[in-house]
Amino acid sequence: MSSVLIHADYPVEAEDYTRGGEASADIKRKLKQLGVSANVLRRVSVASYEVEMNLVIHSDGGVLTLEVSPEAVWLISADRGPGIPDVEMAMREGWSTASETARSQGFGAGMGLPNMKRNADDFDITSKVGEGTTIRMGFRLA
Amino acid sequence: MDQKTRYHSVRLDKELCKGCTNCLMHCPTEAIRVRKGRAHILDERCIDCGECIRICDYHAKVAITDSLDELKLFRYNVALPAPSLYGQFRGLTDVGVVLAALKRIGFDDVFEVARGADIVARAITEKLREPGLPRPLISSACPTVVRLIQVRFPDLIPHIVDIRQPMEVAAQIARAEFCKAHDCRPEEVGVFFITPCPAKMTAITSPLGQEKSAVSSAISMMEIYGLLRPLISKIQKEERIEGASTSYGIGWAASSGETKSIFQENALCVDGIQNCIRVLEEIENNKLSDLTFFEGNACTGGCVGGPLTFENNYVAKNSIRKLVAAAKAKNDSTPQQSVPVSDMNKYALKMDKPLEPNSVMKLDDDFSVAMQKMQRMNEIIAELPGYDCGSCGSPTCRCFAEDIVLGFANEMECIHKMRDKLQTMAEQMVELAQTRR
Repeated sequence: MSSVLIHADYPVEAEDYTRGGEASADIKRKLKQLGVSANVLRRVSVASYEVEMNLVIHSDGGVLTLEVSPEAVWLISADRGPGIPDVEMAMREGWSTASETARSQGFGAGMGLPNMKRNADDFDITSKVGEGTTIRMGFRLA
Repeated sequence: MDQKTRYHSVRLDKELCKGCTNCLMHCPTEAIRVRKGRAHILDERCIDCGECIRICDYHAKVAITDSLDELKLFRYNVALPAPSLYGQFRGLTDVGVVLAALKRIGFDDVFEVARGADIVARAITEKLREPGLPRPLISSACPTVVRLIQVRFPDLIPHIVDIRQPMEVAAQIARAEFCKAHDCRPEEVGVFFITPCPAKMTAITSPLGQEKSAVSSAISMMEIYGLLRPLISKIQKEERIEGASTSYGIGWAASSGETKSIFQENALCVDGIQNCIRVLEEIENNKLSDLTFFEGNACTGGCVGGPLTFENNYVAKNSIRKLVAAAKAKNDSTPQQSVPVSDMNKYALKMDKPLEPNSVMKLDDDFSVAMQKMQRMNEIIAELPGYDCGSCGSPTCRCFAEDIVLGFANEMECIHKMRDKLQTMAEQMVELAQTRR
């Protein structure tokens, strides 16, 4: 990540369904203005929306960060907790701890993390219970 | 912007424009700027939705369509009424009356676009059977929605059904059938679409997904409404021309009509351009991949809500509903039953030119330069008040920053920045005056 030129932080609050999706919408607009290819744009769209809604539904709040260099787009989600006890389990399709509120809104199918991983070229997740979860996703531009 | 200028039906009447910011604030592609007290339309961004025509209190935004004088250019003339035309006449019980009235005002023949819609419906039904299609498929019927996708959702272009619009299919058949019946050459026959919107006019001069349109010209519904209205009650039973479309083809006039004609349960029908944008955002986020079909209409209510229609769109939608029911009572066959297989191969139904993304939202063709411009844009935005007042002539502060970066505006056009600067200057002058004393 040598020459990051674009850096944008989006604070995302827990249970804030009203604003949920605004960060990913802005990320999409920025990438369109930069002229990112349709393929990358589509994958970042899906992953950024998933990760943003994950912050809303599962976390105690956090920050979604967009970084763009001439080589790649990076999405970094860092939350303030609660942390995932078993990351391997959480990565499985269909596994979800979403609340009733979230499920009533159509979330909680247990596809969020697998979907992010599928759409990103690089995917890394670290989590510690009581501290929080950090997800880094990279999308190659070349 | 080095984009080649596209032809547009939506234009500005400079004399009438007051330079207010109504249209500026309502344009879905940020295609309007107010400069030197007048609105300007950025051609490469305009998608001919007609929102500015609707919103302008001074009627300074107009749609250029052709006049009936164009009929003189051809030896024969065929009218292609969009089904939404039927919705313009309250109490109408038979479309045959409108078809006869069109002949009375000077057309040699009429061909219902609803028949084109029947064929398109059958073609889409077959398309949907193909394996491996992106989900949902997006209707190509509304040219404004197609252009909106080209400008704002380029990554969704592969979702657009590659079938031509009903107007195009109808025009091919109308001309071919007329030539056959009257033993004349194709170039002698003018084919005139009776249009509810400027977007269809633009789709004739700058076709979508094809090189050249089969339609000769478009005439605004508003222009011929006055001629047709008094005739409607005068057409006798024997003068009526039997409608040849199915009831489903007529239904295309209103939102959800297309979906009904292709019998898709798992479809979403959305009308109104802002609503379309919201749903396209969701499709982009892969949130609607369980749908098979998306029918988007830029106008509220569908084509009956077009900017060039006369009747209130809710009244017109209701009229269409009644006409569809009446037509169904007479003949309840579906497009899939009534359109012969031979028609499916006889005419060009598929688009033959790929739909390209319109890259006008890009800050620069060079990625690194685009990044530098965006950086500069963000710095400028941080200094702007964020009122989105439009006084600078750009619709939002963010858009203003973009215009500065692209060299179309300068920072002092922001009246709030200007006021701050004047205040500082005034203070400096006072200071200066005092030191001299």
